Amino acid sequence: MIELNDVTLTFPDGERTVTAVDHASLTVPPGSITAIIGASGSGKSSLLAVASALIQPDSGAVHVAGVDLMGLSPAEATAVRREHIGIVFQQSNLLPALTALDQLAVMNELDGHSRAARAETRERARALLARVGLAGHENKRPHQLSGGQRQRVNIARALMNDPRVLIVDEPTSALDHARGQEIITLILELTRDRGTSTLLVTHDRSHLARMDQVLVMSDGVLTAHDPHAAIAA
Amino acid sequence: MFVAWREIRFARGRFVLIGSVVALITILVGFLTGLTAGLAGQNVSAVMGLGADRIVFSAPAHGESDPSFGDSSITPEQASTWSDAAGVNTAEPLGISQTRLSAGERRSPAALFGVSSAGTHTLLPEGVPGPHSGEIVLGTSVAKTLGVSTGATVGAFGLDLRVSAVIDDAWYAHSSVAWLTLPDWQEAMARGGQPAWATVLAVSLTDAAQPDAIDAAAHTASRAPLPALLSIESFRSEIGSLLLIVGMLFGISALVIGAFFTVWTIQRAPDIAVLKALGARTGRLVRDTLGQALVVLLAGVGVGMLATIGLGLLAGSAVPFVLSPATIALPALGLIILGLIGGAFALRPVLRSDPLAALGAPR
Ligand SMILES: Nc1ncnc2c1ncn2[C@@H]1O[C@H](COP(=O)(O)OP(=O)(O)OP(=O)(O)O)[C@@H](O)[C@H]1O
Ligand SMILES: [Mg+2]
Repeated sequence: MIELNDVTLTFPDGERTVTAVDHASLTVPPGSITAIIGASGSGKSSLLAVASALIQPDSGAVHVAGVDLMGLSPAEATAVRREHIGIVFQQSNLLPALTALDQLAVMNELDGHSRAARAETRERARALLARVGLAGHENKRPHQLSGGQRQRVNIARALMNDPRVLIVDEPTSALDHARGQEIITLILELTRDRGTSTLLVTHDRSHLARMDQVLVMSDGVLTAHDPHAAIAA
Repeated sequence: MFVAWREIRFARGRFVLIGSVVALITILVGFLTGLTAGLAGQNVSAVMGLGADRIVFSAPAHGESDPSFGDSSITPEQASTWSDAAGVNTAEPLGISQTRLSAGERRSPAALFGVSSAGTHTLLPEGVPGPHSGEIVLGTSVAKTLGVSTGATVGAFGLDLRVSAVIDDAWYAHSSVAWLTLPDWQEAMARGGQPAWATVLAVSLTDAAQPDAIDAAAHTASRAPLPALLSIESFRSEIGSLLLIVGMLFGISALVIGAFFTVWTIQRAPDIAVLKALGARTGRLVRDTLGQALVVLLAGVGVGMLATIGLGLLAGSAVPFVLSPATIALPALGLIILGLIGGAFALRPVLRSDPLAALGAPR
C-alpha cells in the first residue's frame, strides 16, 4: 500500500522556491497499478522520490508498506528502501562492470552473507531473470544487452527483495512502441502475481487503458483522470 | 568488495595504469629515501657508533652559538675535569682529523680517529680490538683503495703504521674512518703542523650527572649524540637540502596520489548513487570503495617496493644507498595512507550526494 496525503515538496531555486509537488494525495492498493502522466517538469519524478523514501516532503503524510516515512533518518529511509521498495529508474542505471545476474545479487552480496545465503541469492536472481524473459543472458554485462533487455534487468533487480511497493519512472521512454508494450505487460503481470502496490510514471498514453488508476500531474497538482477517456485527452 | 573486484576486472586497463603510476612514485620516493639515508650514514655513522651519552666539544668562540667538530679542541685539563666530575662513568678523549693515507704510490682519503687506550674500549665498533701503539685499523673501502690487508704498512703524515685489522666501513663526513691510538694521532697532528691533544670527549654518564654544570666548570659545550651530528659541518649543510627534497617529493606524491584516488572515486559516483538509492548501507559502500583503492595501492606499492629493492641492490655498491625497513616500508606505508586519504576525501561528497540523482530527476 502507498498512501500520500496532502504532500507538498519544494526545492530552493536561487531566491525563490519551486513547488514541485503541491498538496498531492493518492492511494495505491496492493495488487494494483497507478499511472501518473503530465508534462515535463510537472513534478512526476519528485512525487516518485517522495513515495520511494528518497526525499522527505515539506509537509503531508506518507505511508509506504505500512511504514510512516515522515521524520525517518537517512539510515532508516535507506533500510525502508532496501526492505520494502523496488525502484526502476528512468534511464538504465545498471552498473557497467556487473553481469545481469550480479546486478540482481549485488545488494545482498554487499551485505556479505553466508555461503548458503549467497547460493540462495543466486538461485533467486536466476529465477527472476527467467521470469522477465532473460534466461540465458545471466552472464552478459549491460553493454551486451539491448535497451529492452536492460530495462527487464532493471525490473528484475527491483523485485529481488520481494518488495511490497514497486516504483517505476518512465520505463518505456528509451524503447520502441512494441518493446514498450511488452515492458508494461510485464509490469502489470508482476503487479498481479506479487500483489505489489505499483506506481508508474509514463508519457505513453496508449498504456493508460490497462491501468487501474490514472492521475494527471500539472505544476505539482495531482488530479484524477478516467483511464478509458485517456486517448481522447 | 563485491563491486570493487568486478570493476577492477572489468576496467583492467585503468587499474593497471593507476597501479603503474603508484609503483613509479613508490620507486621514486623509496629510492630517494634510501639515497638520503645512505648519504647521511656516510656522514655520521662513526659518530652514531661511538656509544656515548654525550659528546663534549670545546666551548665555541664568542659569537658562535654551536660547537663544531672542525673547531673543537679539548685539553687534558678539560678531560680530567669531566672524568673527575660526579656522575661521569668515563670520559674518553677522541682525536678526529681528515687526512690522506698512503701505501706505496696509492692514496686514499680517510678520517683518523685517535682513541685513548689499546685493548677493550667502547669507541670502536663492537668486537674490534683497538689498535696498539704503531697500529691502525682500516675500513674495507680504504684498504681496497690502498690495496692493503692486515699486516701491511700505511703512512699518515709521514708516520708509518701497521694495519692491525680491516673492518666494515664506519663513516665520518664522507670519509671512511681509520682508528689509531691517541698518542699516534697526536704525533701525526704535530707532524702535520696542527698540534692538538684531542678533538672531543665521548662521555658516558649516570642519571645523577649534571652536564651543564660540568660544561660551565670545564669551559666545554656538550651535546647528546643526535644534536651533535649537526656539529659535523658537511652533514649540517647536506641534510637540510636532502630533507627538503624528500619532503617536497612526498608533498608532490601526496598531491598526485590523492588526486588520482579522488578522480578514481568520483568516477564511481553514479554507481554509488544507484546503490544508495536501492538501499545499500553507507558502511558497505565505504568499505567497497576504500577497499578497491587499497587493492590498487597495495598492488602498485608492492611492485614499486620490489623494484626499489632490486634497484637498491644493483646500485648499492656504486652509490651510498641504504636498504632497510625504515627506508622502504615507511615511505610505502606513507603512500598507502595518502592514497586512502585521497579516496576518503572524494567519498565524502559522493556519500552525501542525493540518491535522487539516480532517478534521473532534473537537477
Ligand atoms: N533536486 C532539485 N533541486 C531543485 N529543483 C528541482 C530538483 N528536482 C526537481 N526540481 C524541480 O522540480 C520540478 C519538478 O521536477 P520533476 O523532476 O519532478 O519533473 P518531471 O515531471 O519528472 O519531469 P520529466 O517528465 O521531464 O522527467 C521542476 O521544476 C524541477 O526543475
Ligand atoms: Mg522525471
